[in-house]
Amino acid sequence: MTLRTLAPDDKIGITISLNGRPVQVEVDTATTLLDLLRNHLALTGTKKGCDHGQCGACTVLIDGERMNSCLKLAVMMDGREITTIEGLAEGDELHPMQRAFIERDAFQCGYCTPGQICSAVALVEEGHAHSREQIRELMSGNICRCGAYPNIVDAIEDVMAERRGQFREAAE
Amino acid sequence: MLSNDPHVGSPRSRVDGPAKVTGRASYAAEFKATGLTHGYILSSAIPRGRIRAFDLAAALAVPGVLQIFTHENRPQTAWFASSYRDQVAPPGKPLRPLYDAEIQHSDQPIALVVASTFEAARDAASLIGVTYERAPHETDLERARHDSYEPPKKRSGIAPPPDPKGDATAAFGGAPIKVSAEYSLATEHHNPMELHGTTVVWESGGKITVHDKTQGTLNTQGYVTSVFGLSSDDVRVVSPFVGGGFGSALRPHHQLFLAVMASLVLERSVRVEMTRTQMFSHVHRPQTINTVAISADPDGHILSLQHNAVAATSRYEDYQENVVNWSGMLYHSEATQLGYELAKLDIPTPGDMRAPGAPTGLFALESAMDELAHATGIDPIELRLRNYTERDENDDKPLTSKELRACYAEGAARFGWSRRKMTPRSMRAGKELVGWGMASGVWEAMMMKSSARATLGRDGRLEIACAASDIGTGTYTILSQIGADALGLELDAVTVKLGDSSLPMAPIQGGSWTAASSGSAVTLTCRSLCETLLKHAKAVEGSPLTEAAIEDVAFNGGMIRLRREPDRAVSITDALAAAGLDQIEAEETASPGLIAPMRRASYTHSAVFAEVHVDEQLDIVRVTRVVSAIAAGRILNPKTARSQIIGGVVWGIGMALHEETMTDHRFGRFMNSNLGEYHVPVNADIDGIEVIFVEEHDDKVNPIGVKGLGEIGVVGTAAAIANAIHHATGKRIRSLPITVDKLLAA
Repeated sequence: MTLRTLAPDDKIGITISLNGRPVQVEVDTATTLLDLLRNHLALTGTKKGCDHGQCGACTVLIDGERMNSCLKLAVMMDGREITTIEGLAEGDELHPMQRAFIERDAFQCGYCTPGQICSAVALVEEGHAHSREQIRELMSGNICRCGAYPNIVDAIEDVMAERRGQFREAAE
Repeated sequence: MLSNDPHVGSPRSRVDGPAKVTGRASYAAEFKATGLTHGYILSSAIPRGRIRAFDLAAALAVPGVLQIFTHENRPQTAWFASSYRDQVAPPGKPLRPLYDAEIQHSDQPIALVVASTFEAARDAASLIGVTYERAPHETDLERARHDSYEPPKKRSGIAPPPDPKGDATAAFGGAPIKVSAEYSLATEHHNPMELHGTTVVWESGGKITVHDKTQGTLNTQGYVTSVFGLSSDDVRVVSPFVGGGFGSALRPHHQLFLAVMASLVLERSVRVEMTRTQMFSHVHRPQTINTVAISADPDGHILSLQHNAVAATSRYEDYQENVVNWSGMLYHSEATQLGYELAKLDIPTPGDMRAPGAPTGLFALESAMDELAHATGIDPIELRLRNYTERDENDDKPLTSKELRACYAEGAARFGWSRRKMTPRSMRAGKELVGWGMASGVWEAMMMKSSARATLGRDGRLEIACAASDIGTGTYTILSQIGADALGLELDAVTVKLGDSSLPMAPIQGGSWTAASSGSAVTLTCRSLCETLLKHAKAVEGSPLTEAAIEDVAFNGGMIRLRREPDRAVSITDALAAAGLDQIEAEETASPGLIAPMRRASYTHSAVFAEVHVDEQLDIVRVTRVVSAIAAGRILNPKTARSQIIGGVVWGIGMALHEETMTDHRFGRFMNSNLGEYHVPVNADIDGIEVIFVEEHDDKVNPIGVKGLGEIGVVGTAAAIANAIHHATGKRIRSLPITVDKLLAA
């Protein structure tokens, strides 16, 4: 491992997989993943709500896991696979969670929504939530100031039920 | 076929949903601009005093820093404080950012670093040295309340307390049953998820486009032109999406001033976004202390009602809201005395926060009513019915409608209120005490002047345009529904453009009046468009409509049809083609003065029922169930309407149990200015919430019979929860939020 001293405006090159596409970018060592996405890569779907890991608005999927992108330095993302809200839909075909959020009116102002949806997608994958109470607990890292919580839980339950249905069909 | 299912009144998904769930909706700090620079605000570390000197050397040496603005080098702006007053400013002298060396509150903006990157600006701001000259400060309302005063200048639009009726003091003295206590509310901060931010795009020719987090693009435009001496042709404000407002984005905030200032000086595009901590440096719900005294006869009939409040404000403005007047609207009393005073603190000016004043005052009134119910042994609903009034007793005016009785009845039935045992601590579930409480809510149903434009194309597509904002309330959707029904179109044939100062005038989005105001404007505009369309349809060769008046035709499925013979019709396309037009346009203005006579008062009402479970050993409170029954006139979209009320209830739960901005009075600073320590409800805190809209027909309130829903959901909720906690525990906590320490100490 070679160490090198950085000047204040030195940048470091990283390569990430972003929504399925390789992206090479030079980053300031002080740049967070959130600011990289919003300010440098023009992907503003990921939101800044607190910049302190307290609200969840900046939630993205890093190697499939939900993470607060404001707590990750961009330089640490070299080689990682990152999915943002912009990467969930397949063309015009919305992700089931996106459709469920619209159907259940699981948002109002829409600002926490990308983070909620990314978090919810990972929650379903994690497979730990089996009841409304568990969904509520495991979605509590994402604040919604409009108070759409009951509708968010409804949307997630819908997607979980849909998935169970698909598994059953596949098994039969 | 004559009629489609009307869109208005039916549940419809948000038309802006796809943009919001895919991240395509752009908020103020997300607009792009070539050569965009980034500003970072430095905030004052002291609450009161003066800046003696800045040391900028280290900050200026940071690569990428373009300029640091302070009061010493800021450009010339308007001299008079009055030029900084916006549409909703209270009496006083608004804060003029970077105006001089004076510090008026903690975290006041004192410098702006502008750099080519956000990282450089943030880094440089941390390197600025500031020498202060401190002055003594006061941030404690408990001390300042002794110097309270009646605001000498009243805030426009806020009715001061009415003159006393009867002799409430004497009536109280001689009454058989009395309750009297002090009820207080902590300082609360709005904390919309979107930070307050502004992107100023420097256009050629010195014009600027301002993307501001605002609930009123015209208010922002007016402020910028007035402060910087610009013409309204040079300033366009475009804010199509707002990441939550709740009142926090009614007035222009300092990030707007700073971004515009920097852009004008540097002749470049500039973005300034507050940090979450800086979101505690401006508007908030004021800490307020209520005193309520009610006396009654043994049957619970109110003999006297006194409600007085002292609320915090800043040194430089007299912010006022309606805290006590609600007490003269909900119940009948022959002797009523209401009073409202302010006390000055070294804090930023408070402001409107979701239902400003109403949950503050109603927590006091509705807790006192619960205490009266307890003292008389009368069921809380029955007590309210015995004192029901059909008039606004403050102005002795009749009401356009009031279905509060139906709210009590339907809410109680859904909640199962009849199974409530009267005695506190008499209901349990395992280790937990169970409490059932209720409260009433009331909010004004207002309408403001608004315009709208509607453009119908030959292809049958309708565009509606209005400067109003959609802060998440569903305005895009309800205006689409109104437009679609007026022209008989599918929802996806309608596009609504909002949040742009260049569009027809609309009021700021606040006060729950947007549906009534802009909804009425769109209704009138579409009516006018239909008339033009019929005129053109009549001119089509062989038109079956030549003799038809507007009442004789229906607009449906892209056709103008005779109601009596629906098969006889002219299509929109043919009508416009015959006239040689690609599109037709109408623009109309709806004004309350012309439409709703001011002889009657209009309010929305609610009855809120709450169930709490309280751990008997630990006093931890969980709100397990809320039923909110709402009377708000016509419901345009039951789906988005329900969400509005659920959101209001969540706010009420936050107010009851969580939200409190705490001050360290030694330093005159807030201690918990972040979302980790300023607690707002999270998903785990929110259980079952049921919303009921009772039938309420109101043809007097405004042309479309709606009363607004943004505020009523929060109004009675905290009181209902506080009453439920008393029912569960026998402990009456009279200061919000009701935290574990207060319950343990009671």
